[in-house]
Amino acid sequence: MPGPETTEPTPEPSVSSEQAPSPIVAALQREHPEWLTEVIEAYGEVTFVVPQELIVTVCSFLKGWPEGRFDFLADICGADRGVEEEPRFEVNYHLFSTTKHHRVRIKVLLTEEDMHVQSVTSVWRTANWHERETYDLFGVIFDGHPDLRRILLPEDWQGHALRKDFPLRGYEPYSLK
Amino acid sequence: MSTAANIPPQFEIVDRPLDTQMTISMGPQHPSTHGVLRLELVLDGEMVVKTTPDIGYLHTGMEKLFEYKKYQQGIVITDRMDYLNPLGNNLAYVMAAEKLLSMEIPERAQVIRVLMCELQRIASHLVWLGTHALDIGAMTVFFYCFREREKILNLIEAASGGRLTPSYFRIGGLMMDLPAGFENRCKQFLDDFLKAVGEFHTLLSGNRIFQKRTQGIGRISAEAAIDWGLSGPCLRGSGVDLDVRRANPYSGYENYDFEVPTEPDGDVWARYMVRMREMKESHKIATQALSRLKPGPVKADDPKVVLPDREAMKKHMDALIHHFLIIAEGFNVPAGEVYHPIEASKGELGVYMKSDGGPKPSRVHFRGPSFVNLSALPDLARGEMVADVVAIIGSLDIVLGEIDR
Amino acid sequence: MGLENIIAEALPEVLTTRLDSIINWARKSSLWPATFGLACCAIEMMNATSARNDLARFGSEVFRASPRQADVMIVSGRVSRKMAPVLRRIYDQMPEPKWVISMGACATSGGVFDNYAIVQGVDKIVPVDVYIPGCPPRPEMLIHAVMMLQEKVMKESVRDRKDILDVEAREAIVPGTLPVTDGATARENTLPESRPYTIASRHERRRSS
Repeated sequence: MPGPETTEPTPEPSVSSEQAPSPIVAALQREHPEWLTEVIEAYGEVTFVVPQELIVTVCSFLKGWPEGRFDFLADICGADRGVEEEPRFEVNYHLFSTTKHHRVRIKVLLTEEDMHVQSVTSVWRTANWHERETYDLFGVIFDGHPDLRRILLPEDWQGHALRKDFPLRGYEPYSLK
Repeated sequence: MSTAANIPPQFEIVDRPLDTQMTISMGPQHPSTHGVLRLELVLDGEMVVKTTPDIGYLHTGMEKLFEYKKYQQGIVITDRMDYLNPLGNNLAYVMAAEKLLSMEIPERAQVIRVLMCELQRIASHLVWLGTHALDIGAMTVFFYCFREREKILNLIEAASGGRLTPSYFRIGGLMMDLPAGFENRCKQFLDDFLKAVGEFHTLLSGNRIFQKRTQGIGRISAEAAIDWGLSGPCLRGSGVDLDVRRANPYSGYENYDFEVPTEPDGDVWARYMVRMREMKESHKIATQALSRLKPGPVKADDPKVVLPDREAMKKHMDALIHHFLIIAEGFNVPAGEVYHPIEASKGELGVYMKSDGGPKPSRVHFRGPSFVNLSALPDLARGEMVADVVAIIGSLDIVLGEIDR
Repeated sequence: MGLENIIAEALPEVLTTRLDSIINWARKSSLWPATFGLACCAIEMMNATSARNDLARFGSEVFRASPRQADVMIVSGRVSRKMAPVLRRIYDQMPEPKWVISMGACATSGGVFDNYAIVQGVDKIVPVDVYIPGCPPRPEMLIHAVMMLQEKVMKESVRDRKDILDVEAREAIVPGTLPVTDGATARENTLPESRPYTIASRHERRRSS
């Protein structure tokens, strides 16, 4: 396994590392540097941080881009960075190319007040269930999703279970009324 | 007896002639849904117009549990996720943690990992075959498959102590080395296995009833399969040559000689043939791995992360201190995030692990292949008969523990 | 057959026994489980019925899918909070006499999963007769549990079990098992177009020969 290429994430869209940045990073920075808030390269993986309003543009571009051809959405994963962090939530899109076999991660940062992201079900149909799961467990609302409702927790559940302020054991013991 | 007055208001009474569609709920307690899956089928006679899977009946909150447990404690929980392929889950989790720690794994550990994973893949496909055939009606195959599976479970139990929940891999290598005589027993099993696969083919592949029930059912094209995110045998059954062991090799898979079987049709029969051929390929890889076993260490050489040898712990002070610290406090993993995919028996199992520098992960997410494969079911089952829905679910090879986590 | 002749020669023509003994003997010798496999323990339950450890030789010949035809419910696996009302409903649908075996640590007490999603022990929902520890328990342990249940059945009395009307099962609103669709089907069906009762699926149309 290659070791990590140590990179300090800087606010401006540039990456500084001892080794050459991966070709995807260089190509995307050449074509659309205004999309990339941040580029992180660590542990052999590439992460692009993009603003939340541009996610559909970025994803549809990456799907058809000859350098990328990211036709496979492997995973959409939400994360809660911590109750005091600002921005608090993030949504990670893991993309994979079936022809070129490379992977990339797109990250969108969300604050607690504005938890809306455009849905990418128009780009890949598999995003449907992944976004429902992220909504269910974190409360991230995907605008334009055809059917946004809870998928894992019961439909009348209050709260979003994977947030850091939701207790591990829940709020009430189970009782069959 | 209940009358119309007792029926709750959510349910409407429809009083119309026979040319309407009927919504029925299949599950969650159902013999053919492979676990607690509920399907809402909208039927027109026997034909399925629309199906909506309703999952969550086995939601265990594992991803939340991972955040409260140290890294090495989480390995035990991964067993219970895809409970037919627990060593695969262990491997994915452990390799993600090793990626964050940038650890090098000794070669003997990598070879044993490959061997155990391929044995586990065979075991998982045997359960698939047994239950799929049972749903279609061939009950004998169920018993034959479980007979072979008992042999594999004996091997896994000899190595790790658990039949279904082994937790054999650790961050940095294995729990402990293979026991004496394991290689002979494994070789004996592998020698007899191809004959067993021949038996399954005799029972099923030439059977006209099985062929009629599986050929042409649940077709999906390659583009639709990629769009729906299918992976593993479901994707390879539609003709796409994609295997994570080839695309992003891990744990030494690039050194093994095996084929990736694909079938062009995309129906239930194609997925069945892909999995049968995969069992033979797994057998091939396992035989190669067995022949490559050389004596050596099975744990990486990092005293802060890997538990010391038991004997050393009893005799040397520093080993005792390391043992105590690893178990009591855990080890700090550098901050960062990784996504590590492996080829589980059902498809691409990916682990997204995010660390904030402490002994417990900040977020662990498992991309379960069955979760994504099941999301394509509405597309696959449209226009099929009710009995075919059972065959299609069987061919998707879903495990609800992985879907609901 | 030969055995009947031997019995007929050895025993008198009329036997007297306690009613409880003979009924309990019949009940314990054919305990048919309801399929309630939830998670990993279900796989061990399947192993217990397969050829190596054969549960059928102890009377559990078939696993009935319909709870109305089953005697014992083997809750094998973790019961999530969404599944719990379904479990209760299936239990209520079983006719008396019925028993429950709670198989595995998760069914007994929540197991490894002490969190918001899992009911900490299925005996919060249904009365349990035999608990099996283990994660997962070996198939031999399940067979031992069935035998313990058989011993328990022998000690019961017929007068203890009366069938109760399952009014509760019928009227319970079970969260999570309400229809998933948003009522669209009901709205669509308000204007029935005249169509034939059966429309050939693409499956049938293909089979022209």
